[in-house]
Amino acid sequence: MEKKIEVLKEAKKFVSENEGALGKGKGKRWFAFKMMMAKKWAKFLRDFENFKAACVPWENKIKAIESQFGSSVASYFLFLRWMYGVNMVLFILTFSLIMLPEYLWGLPYGSLPRKTVPRAEEASAANFGVLYDFNGLAQYSVLFYGYYDNKRTIGWMNFRLPLSYFLVGIMCIGYSFLVVLKAMTKNIGDDGGGDDNTFNFSWKVFTSWDYLIGNPETADNKFNSITMNFKEAITEEKAAQVEENVHLIRFLRFLANFFVFLTLGGSGYLIFWAVKRSQEFAQQDPDTLGWWEKNEMNMVMSLLGMFCPTLFDLFAELEDYHPLIALKWLLGRIFALLLGNLYVFILALMDEINNKIEEEKLVKANITLWEANMIKAYNASFSENSTGPPFFVHPADVPRGPCWETMVGQEFVRLTVSDVLTTYVTILIGDFLRACFVRFCNYCWCWDLEYGYPSYTEFDISGNVLALIFNQGMIWMGSFFAPSLPGINILRLHTSMYFQCWAVMCCNVPEARVFKASRSNNFYLGMLLLILFLSTMPVLYMIVSLPPSFDCGPFSGKNRMFEVIGETLEHDFPSWMAKILRQLSNPGLVIAVILVMILAIYYLNATAKGQKAANLDLKKKMKMQALENKMRNKKMAAARAGGRYVYVCNVCNFSFSFSFFLSFFFFFAFSPLDGEWHYCREQVIPQSLPSTFLALLRHHIQGIWLFSSGRKKREMKMWAYKLGSSDF
Amino acid sequence: MGGSGSRLSKELLAEYQDLTFLTKQEILLSVYVVLAPHLVDDEQQARSGNEHTGRPIAENTDSSPLSTRAHRRFCELLPQEQRSVESSLRAQVPFEQILSLPELKANPFKERICRVFSTSPAKDSLSFEDFLDLLSVFSDTATPDIKSHYAFRIFDFDDDGTLNREDLSRLVNCLTGEGEDTRLSASEMKQLIDNILEESDIDRDGTINLSEFQHVISRSPDFASSFKIVL
Repeated sequence: MEKKIEVLKEAKKFVSENEGALGKGKGKRWFAFKMMMAKKWAKFLRDFENFKAACVPWENKIKAIESQFGSSVASYFLFLRWMYGVNMVLFILTFSLIMLPEYLWGLPYGSLPRKTVPRAEEASAANFGVLYDFNGLAQYSVLFYGYYDNKRTIGWMNFRLPLSYFLVGIMCIGYSFLVVLKAMTKNIGDDGGGDDNTFNFSWKVFTSWDYLIGNPETADNKFNSITMNFKEAITEEKAAQVEENVHLIRFLRFLANFFVFLTLGGSGYLIFWAVKRSQEFAQQDPDTLGWWEKNEMNMVMSLLGMFCPTLFDLFAELEDYHPLIALKWLLGRIFALLLGNLYVFILALMDEINNKIEEEKLVKANITLWEANMIKAYNASFSENSTGPPFFVHPADVPRGPCWETMVGQEFVRLTVSDVLTTYVTILIGDFLRACFVRFCNYCWCWDLEYGYPSYTEFDISGNVLALIFNQGMIWMGSFFAPSLPGINILRLHTSMYFQCWAVMCCNVPEARVFKASRSNNFYLGMLLLILFLSTMPVLYMIVSLPPSFDCGPFSGKNRMFEVIGETLEHDFPSWMAKILRQLSNPGLVIAVILVMILAIYYLNATAKGQKAANLDLKKKMKMQALENKMRNKKMAAARAGGRYVYVCNVCNFSFSFSFFLSFFFFFAFSPLDGEWHYCREQVIPQSLPSTFLALLRHHIQGIWLFSSGRKKREMKMWAYKLGSSDF
Repeated sequence: MGGSGSRLSKELLAEYQDLTFLTKQEILLSVYVVLAPHLVDDEQQARSGNEHTGRPIAENTDSSPLSTRAHRRFCELLPQEQRSVESSLRAQVPFEQILSLPELKANPFKERICRVFSTSPAKDSLSFEDFLDLLSVFSDTATPDIKSHYAFRIFDFDDDGTLNREDLSRLVNCLTGEGEDTRLSASEMKQLIDNILEESDIDRDGTINLSEFQHVISRSPDFASSFKIVL
């Protein structure tokens, strides 16, 4: 470092002395100015990097977890922190562009029917029970869709609220896609080409130690897992070899899958039934319902999400897979379960929306009648010519349509809240109480609780990550109808971070078997992308095809929600722009654009395939070259040394490398997703085996040619020695 | 943190930032971690003239605001010791103090790491600038080239520029821990090393040199993320 500092100082001195001379004669001043700007820019960039590094929250906590548990558990918290960042941006968008303008410049509470609690509910509007359900005052506030007015502009700035509402909704979806795709492509770059098998042992030895580990217990676990890893790789796993009783295994696996299907179907039906029941309860008087009936559906979904994975674990016992493959299956099944639950929930919700739309038509018809009656009664009370006060009805007395959008928003908010509570309660009971029990009752118990059955829980990374992903999916679905959802999620993630960090350090132990987190990162991001796509589809469908309610929300009175764009174009943009845009939406043009995009996708796909093939070709060439070099070296060594020693060496080498390649073929037949076992069936067979055989074949042909062309006896002898035949 | 950070001159801080991959906060934090106890020892020696009371660094890292305790001591010391800040940056900290850092305590390669980064003639102590070098190589933003270069030097137990069978077997023994039951048997070790050499030794000379090592490491997806120490 001393030398480096000296060199740096000298270089800086030289540059500052000769700066003017380094630039051209005429443009000296401009050159000096450019240099100064470049230096200032470099300094600014560095300060900005420092600032960014200082802004990152929870760095110490995550570092403590990394040193205690290793990088795989810490990857969950890194993922949580990244989600927090994404949600923060969504929250800022919805808060500043939707909630704040309506609060500041929109009409206040009580001025319009949609902004007032109906007369019938007024008495109980501020009760905690009602607020907790997000009814009453909470429903008639900026938190939900129904509060917003449909006036085209509000306030002195002429802020166009309906347009902003629509655009912010679209932007949230667009931003989420961008950010997830960016994270995925960054991780793909880290992958390094994915050729798994050539450096299996070298990687195990050189890269398996995790330098972040600072806790001796974790270090011990790591040592054990590394040792086991080595031993398994060396002594050739039995799982791949022994194929006894294939039929029994197959039958058991089929049985396990059958049970899994039953579970999935059962949980789907249970959710559907719970939603139907909740609709019945909604018809009844709220006071007659207990706490369970009110929250039944949310509880059912959360409990299913909690208990079914354990069931899947149980069924997996029947299957007897390698742990990594079992983990893959488990993840896939939990994913299917949560996805199924979500979609059944949405279907039930769509059912209810349709009911509400029907109801709305009735209410609309009733309102005109009601209004006519009121006016008649009012005019009747002034039978003479005197004019009384103008016709006025308090907003709370106006009959309301059922606002289906607010209902949807409420459902999602309730689901999120109950999910949070279930998670926290699970952690408290499942992890904390269990740890307390094991710790304190261990003194007076028959068997050793810490090593035996209950013991301390390990942190379930995949379960937690999946729960996080699905919660985010619900946020994406509900935030169009309840702009407060990203805000609620921010609170939730914030508290979750602290709570789970505490729980992990306090109640969990490091895992006995440590899998690397590097490959699975992309897997989780891929699932997140899928969920994002699946959760924006229902929202887009609802926006495009369902009519908005007639008396609540920023799009009330329109035929479809997206008509707000057309309206803006007509009123706010100059007429020539509207004409241009109308031309652009010409179907012919749109079809042409779609065709061009399809062609571009096809072309890029073909290029990528071609490059991958070229990559494989180069790899093969390198391997051939290495083998050739090896043969050549042996030849030269044999030519120099000669004799029995070379013969023995060559035979051993030949047989060893042959058996080595064969062992690769037989014993590394599985291809798990991630982890330290870098087996890759597809790569070994096409590449190493034919190349070896090619080399051997060439060797044979060479020998035969040598023989038939009558070369020197000594060379032929060398060649024969190499092949291990001594009869010459 | 800003107050005593200005004791370390801005020029020096900028130079360190130029020469390493670390951010300003990391440099300042490592000053506290490495130097403050050292300066305490110096001060105690200066004041009492008694024998050296080596206070281990681990004591300082117990409380979570590590910097406030070190900060206080640092500020107490500095008005008198203003000039010695510069010279103390080149003062040598013995290995025991560095090895007791929580980040290095559990690492099986800790002695090798200290030896590789030490520039003292006897190779038994690290100066602060060596420590900065160490942190820079192990930081998140260092390039994979630098990391693989230093990893090679760390794994090269006999410092001869190549990884031969001896080096590899000592490496594997470090990785499998200290207990007798976790070590590999001689035949397993031999087979493992044979496999490694088969895979990585391209020129078949029985040793792995730097370029072969870098070739192997550059294709590994896990290396950069696991070869990391964060202060």
